[in-house]
Amino acid sequence: MRLEPRESVALAWQIGAPLLAVIASMAVCSGLILWAGASPLAAWGLLLKGALGSTFALTETLTRATPLIFTGLAAAVAFRAKLWNIGGEGQFYVGACMATWLGTGMITLPAWLMIPFLFLSGALAGGLFLLIPTWLKTRLKVDEVVTTLLLNFVVLLVVNWLVFGPWKDPMAMGWPQAAPVIDQAMLPVLVPKSSLHLGFILALACAFLIWWMMRFTIWGFEIRAVGASLKASTFAGMPVQATIVRTALLSGGLAAMAGVTELCGVKGYLTLDLSPGFGYSGIVVAMLAALHPLGVVLSATFIAVIYIGADSMSRAINISNYIADVTTAVSLLTVLLAMFLTRYRIRWK
Amino acid sequence: MSITPLLRLSGITKTFGPLKANDDISLTLAQGEMLALLGENGAGKTTLMSILFGHYVADDGSVEVLGRPLPPGSPRAALAAGIGMVHQHFTLADNMTVLENIMLGTEPLWAFRRGSARARAKLGSLMDRFRLRVDPGAKVRALSVGERQRVEILKVLYRDARILILDEPTAVLTPQESDHLFATLRELVNQGVAVIFITHKLREVMAASDRCVVLRHGRVVLEAATKKTSAEELARAMVGASIPQATRVTLAPGEEVLFLDRVRADAPDRGPGLRELRLSVRAHEILGIAGVSGNGQALLADLLSGLVAPTGGSVVLRGQTVSRLTPAAMIRAGVGRVPDDRTGTGLVADMTVMENLSTEIYRLPGFSKRGMLNFKALASRAAQLMDVFDIRCAGPNAPVRKLSGGNMQKLILARVLSQGPHLILANQPTWGLDVGATAAVHQHLLDAARRGAGIVLISEDLDELFELSDRIQVMYQGRLSAPENTATVDRAKLGLMMSGQNVDTRGAA
Amino acid sequence: MDILSLFLETGFWLATVRMATPLIFGTMGELICERAGVLNLGIEGIMAAGCMAGWTWVYLGGTLWGGVLFAACVGAALGLLHAVFTVHLGLSQHVTGLGITMLGASLSSFVFRMVLPQVTTPPKIVPFAPLDIPVLSSLPFLGPVLFSQTALTLLAFILVAITAYVLLRTPLGLALRMVGENPLAAEAQGLSVLALRTGAVMVGSAFMAVGGAFLTLAAFDAYYIGMVNGRGWICIALVVFSSWKPGKALLGALLFAAFDAIQMRVQQQSISAIPYQFYLMLPYLCSILALIAMSRKAAYPKALLVPFRKGER
Repeated sequence: MRLEPRESVALAWQIGAPLLAVIASMAVCSGLILWAGASPLAAWGLLLKGALGSTFALTETLTRATPLIFTGLAAAVAFRAKLWNIGGEGQFYVGACMATWLGTGMITLPAWLMIPFLFLSGALAGGLFLLIPTWLKTRLKVDEVVTTLLLNFVVLLVVNWLVFGPWKDPMAMGWPQAAPVIDQAMLPVLVPKSSLHLGFILALACAFLIWWMMRFTIWGFEIRAVGASLKASTFAGMPVQATIVRTALLSGGLAAMAGVTELCGVKGYLTLDLSPGFGYSGIVVAMLAALHPLGVVLSATFIAVIYIGADSMSRAINISNYIADVTTAVSLLTVLLAMFLTRYRIRWK
Repeated sequence: MSITPLLRLSGITKTFGPLKANDDISLTLAQGEMLALLGENGAGKTTLMSILFGHYVADDGSVEVLGRPLPPGSPRAALAAGIGMVHQHFTLADNMTVLENIMLGTEPLWAFRRGSARARAKLGSLMDRFRLRVDPGAKVRALSVGERQRVEILKVLYRDARILILDEPTAVLTPQESDHLFATLRELVNQGVAVIFITHKLREVMAASDRCVVLRHGRVVLEAATKKTSAEELARAMVGASIPQATRVTLAPGEEVLFLDRVRADAPDRGPGLRELRLSVRAHEILGIAGVSGNGQALLADLLSGLVAPTGGSVVLRGQTVSRLTPAAMIRAGVGRVPDDRTGTGLVADMTVMENLSTEIYRLPGFSKRGMLNFKALASRAAQLMDVFDIRCAGPNAPVRKLSGGNMQKLILARVLSQGPHLILANQPTWGLDVGATAAVHQHLLDAARRGAGIVLISEDLDELFELSDRIQVMYQGRLSAPENTATVDRAKLGLMMSGQNVDTRGAA
Repeated sequence: MDILSLFLETGFWLATVRMATPLIFGTMGELICERAGVLNLGIEGIMAAGCMAGWTWVYLGGTLWGGVLFAACVGAALGLLHAVFTVHLGLSQHVTGLGITMLGASLSSFVFRMVLPQVTTPPKIVPFAPLDIPVLSSLPFLGPVLFSQTALTLLAFILVAITAYVLLRTPLGLALRMVGENPLAAEAQGLSVLALRTGAVMVGSAFMAVGGAFLTLAAFDAYYIGMVNGRGWICIALVVFSSWKPGKALLGALLFAAFDAIQMRVQQQSISAIPYQFYLMLPYLCSILALIAMSRKAAYPKALLVPFRKGER
């Protein structure tokens, strides 16, 4: 087997690659569906229907996509600068904790101030939190993949202590959860009788802003240059340290905003299962979108479709809804493969 | 009486995308013969030898050793057939010992233990036989460049090679070390080994080889017994036309643009630091820094680029002492830097031509405003530079990694020279470039000097230094010799200074 | 009763050695991969897969050693997948590893739920019994602590010795180390970089999976989702901490397991006013500290994370 670099890549290929990856992963998972004794076509049909087949389904899907857009953007921004932020999960909870601390009665503001206030303070907390492993990377050359990962476990344990301990809501009949946020902090619902909330619009706005920043501003240029070649951008006199700090604050902030949005838009109070792995799924979202901020919206929706659809599919046929996690994981691998195939041709000898 | 040649290549053809690196090449090698493979950079010499050794597979053609065909694409088969290669970039593991590097791959993988004692004995007898001494227990990172090359040669001899290929072996040696190397090679030839050495240095070919083959654009254009040809004929064959010579005009030097006053710098585990460097460059002047790599040139280049801060002494640019040394500060102070590593340090390989042209100026007023990039201004500047500097590419949005080495260097020069620098640092500016691109780079540097810049030219190529510089200093173990006038200095003396003898370290300006 | 007297208790050390076992397997596995130049971030998922595979084999009627072997095969298969992506195609080792971790974890959960759809308490299997070796088990201190452990623990210690010997004293080990330092040098000496790296990743992943299987087949006797609980990531930190040396890795694993044992004892006996969650954090925080301590002067295998593309020079 020999690898030959392709001369040029048609744009169609570049957009088609993630699409192909998605189809390939669904094909692979069809094997599992067959093993479970169901028909793949029927199963995927149920999945799509469960995610997109009615207004209610659609709102559920978009609600599920909202935190994924935030964590996807967080991963996309960081990965662009070659900052391997795998700590989205922990930063999510940092944001949720910050919003719980400030939003359950400590500070009361009218809604139009309260919501931005919680988002910004959550983002700040998340950004500063990511600065710790980032600083370890730039100053002490400690690989950030493992440190951000390990911190996820630490944060989860802190949340565990908080909801079982000092923040335990006495009025929750024994369930481990914190007190609910005040009414002014709750995000208004967009579609009546659904769970789709303002957070979705905020997520779209963030995606647009990030795209605009990366494409048109000097900070976006610097992030891309630092990620593409640390040595060359240092040599060219770019403010590399400042760029990495900016990237960390932005990435951690976005992941934390995912936490704020789930807290104030869906649940209303902090629990241990506020995130079923949004941080990790965000990485897949970012890779599927080839780190493109606008693409993140699409891939986040796709992942949301998989999860919501799998829930309803598993209710109808006898398949564990873990199939969604498997599909997501396989997508990550197939998208790597697809992007590779757009750059290289495989020659068999 | 026809003797089967030791080695025969027939009709070797190899294409990389649109580039035909080797075009129907045939050549033979007899036992006990020293063959020089000549050509300028990019002619296809390394590709041909890589095919011979099995790193690449030829698209067409065959290789025979003593009449038996050699299976392609397998270094193991080549080694078994007695072919050994000393690569241009040494294939040694720094963190492992000499003995380990040499023993690698010589024993069956499933053996229970390594025969270190036996290997040491065999290595010892080889070292005696060929007079090549190295300490087998030393870690490679502690060895000098010359010693590493000795390890590479011993590695090949250890495997009983009867055909020895050397790729640009003297690129990293002092003139004296080169002489010693060729003496060793001649000894090897006398003991029955056949040698092919790749070079672009005519002097070596005329002095050392029995036969020579010239490649140009992937084809054999000349094959002759060395005694029956001349340097001029070979040069003409290599280039195919008259070599464009850059014209040097010596101008009266102007004000002092750079003064290094007893500068000290440290680079942990990167060789000797800089010790009490004294250096002065004036406007209109080119100062050449000669020396074998590993003596502190990289550190000096990093210092002048703003990447490393001195631990003592001061750096004075046009009369102003630089307080904080950073790349941005140097750029602002009018220092243009052409780094030796084009693709790693000089350019962001994954970005476009326009973006790379903009990396040092995008924050300046006119090119950005309140954080927003002014694409129109950047694009028009890029178009202008691409035109003036003749950067051949598919357009301003072409990815830089697709450019040839020469065009990459033109891009870097365009970026540097368009800012009108007072001081230019040129570090190995023509490494890996063909004659045409080299001449273009030289011309740009000379023009810049004529316009008023002072240039520090660091190069391992003495010819280049003699062609361009007004004065030369030799770097050895972190110290600089006193500057000598290029027109009057003795080349052999420089060679000695490069290996540490007769270095007058006062280096007074 | 204070913490210091803990160290005098045989029971404490017994627990330490037992809890160190999955860390030893995992760290050895990762060490082999990294010495050959491949960062295997799939370790967490491979351990989860091994965990589940071993348990499933036994639950469905197989023998314990059969379960271990099956887990090793599953690990090697995931290792092969990793190698195809990173070694043969030269794709990002970071992303591939994360993908394999997610795949291993999600597949384990999925298969477990399909095998046992509606269970609240996971069914138990009969795990490895502690060994009873004739003379050795009755030695004071070493007897219970080392020689009365399960066979898998003993296997872990033996594996450390074998790994050290192979890496440092055999031609295969030399070739593996060279491939992690300068793959071009290995190729120039006629070795196949791709084959060596692939083999290293497969063997390393098999070790990791056995470490996971230990959790269900020896340490506990049931499987529950999330059992591995970050041990894989701790192993990655341990490899750096050990400077890629098997002996040091063994010591590191024991050190970490000791922390874990302390934390468990403190929890059980409520010796402290600090909430137990903070003790549970210790292994992760210590891993970060270990990385900080060692990263400065870390003697990374020089070709770690650098893909090798044949014919591209």
